[in-house]
Amino acid sequence: MSTRHPILFGLGKHAGRVALTVVLGGLLGATLVRVAPGFGVDEAELDSRLSGPSIQALRQAQPAGQNLAAFYVQYLTRLLRGDLGTSRSLERPVVELLKERTPETAKSVALGLSLGWILGLSLATAVVVSRSWSLDLFASLLGGILLCLPAAVLALLFLLARMPGRLVLALIVFPNIFRYSRSLLVRSASLPHVLTARAKGLGAFRVLLWHILKPAAPQLLALAGVSVSMAFTAAIPVEALCDLPGLGQLAWKAALSRDLSLLVTLTMIVAVVTLVANSLSDLLGQALGTGATGAGA
Amino acid sequence: MKWARNLGIAFLVTVALACLLADFVAPSYAHQFRDQPDAAPSRQHFLGTDDLGRDRFARVLYGTRVSLLLAPSAALLSSLLAVLIGGGAGFLGGWVERVVMAATDLFLSLPWLFLLITVRALLPLNVSPMTSVAITFALLGCLGWAAAARVVCADARSLSHSDFILLARASGSGGFRLLWRQVVPNLRPIVFAQFWISIPVFILTEANLGVLGLGVSEPLPSWGSLLHELQSYSAITGERWQFVPLILLVVVVSCFHLVLLEQESPA
Repeated sequence: MSTRHPILFGLGKHAGRVALTVVLGGLLGATLVRVAPGFGVDEAELDSRLSGPSIQALRQAQPAGQNLAAFYVQYLTRLLRGDLGTSRSLERPVVELLKERTPETAKSVALGLSLGWILGLSLATAVVVSRSWSLDLFASLLGGILLCLPAAVLALLFLLARMPGRLVLALIVFPNIFRYSRSLLVRSASLPHVLTARAKGLGAFRVLLWHILKPAAPQLLALAGVSVSMAFTAAIPVEALCDLPGLGQLAWKAALSRDLSLLVTLTMIVAVVTLVANSLSDLLGQALGTGATGAGA
Repeated sequence: MKWARNLGIAFLVTVALACLLADFVAPSYAHQFRDQPDAAPSRQHFLGTDDLGRDRFARVLYGTRVSLLLAPSAALLSSLLAVLIGGGAGFLGGWVERVVMAATDLFLSLPWLFLLITVRALLPLNVSPMTSVAITFALLGCLGWAAAARVVCADARSLSHSDFILLARASGSGGFRLLWRQVVPNLRPIVFAQFWISIPVFILTEANLGVLGLGVSEPLPSWGSLLHELQSYSAITGERWQFVPLILLVVVVSCFHLVLLEQESPA
């Protein structure tokens, strides 16, 4: 019971945060859309044949634009019903656009995260296990150079080299994973219980798995949550420049055509996805931490 | 590693000096040598010219100046906001700190580039070059405070519980005076570190925005707009000196990281 209670509390707290993001994000989004130049202007108003009273009548025919509170309520009600509105620049329902483009981004992000994590964690583990300074230097230099390259430039370089753009996401995620997991594992490997385990003759693999990786697992899980946000952020330049029809490219196009309602909806959806990922990693880390404490006790 | 740090600082100082002297060592970034478009490097044009006949060397120097001025200015703005928001919340504590930190957490969970382009799209896109510089600087500064505010808040909280603050309170000092005279000066080291950390982040973000066409607008060069030109690079007719801004960017950001590395591990 004592181990369950904090997890349930954590679950409630995280669910509350996601719900709060939706409500606050909806309000903020509605404000952005509402205050953006050009809101509530009908193209028919540009007709030079229309008289002043006719233009006035056209303006009054838009009830949502008159009352700010009514606009918020209407916006949030539509949002909760699953109606995300229509894209002004593409003239298509946002839900339809999301359905079309989400699989592409999901594929890119999943591939980028998997490759980035495999590469980063295996190199960090190899550095800690082998204690080879040359490998450490090589991996640190590689990570350091990649950290100094903007995602957009990496995407351009991949484009020039005719290599698959999706791999760029892995190269964006990799150096961050490598740096943090390396320092975590080095710290974990220098703990006295690891020395005791080695002195007692435990095999290298067992020491790595149970005595180095396990204590570092909660922090690694927290890093997993953060890496989702990293991958989504890098998806914008990568998809825009490598012509991958995903959410990142959609966001870029929406920004260039100042399609705010689409952009705000996209940002909110990506924020909710990253929040859920962060919450899941937090909860898993918490469960692992509690488990480890329980086992230790 | 002290030599590496010194090397990094020396390189940063050299680049900064070269940028400041750009007016004397290179022609104007916007001047078009119309009879020499796409010229190869020569004594007159060290890095050749672009398709409009503009001197690449001059554009790299002026672009570096814009980026190196913009990033620290934005970092300064975000650090000030971090002190104001994080420092204030940490000092006041209680529900104010909880609310501010919850808002900061929420802000941090938003993917950085999505947030940036959303707010950028709210502002006019077709603006003069100087306005675009101001917009980019203000955006980076106003949206980049959250991570620093978290650190500053934690530091301000521990400071507000320290003995010397207790003593200051006991001797009648309080409120804004206590914050301004006792807490803020002691936050300086952490704020300086956060300022320094933000610079390479903002340089890379400006480059990302520039390549996407949402940064500093032409004809004013910046690293972002210079890297944007790589989109027209052709492997057959390609001019390798087009990569000079990229190399410079990587080296400068590496130098910032080197200096930071030394700050993190002074021993």
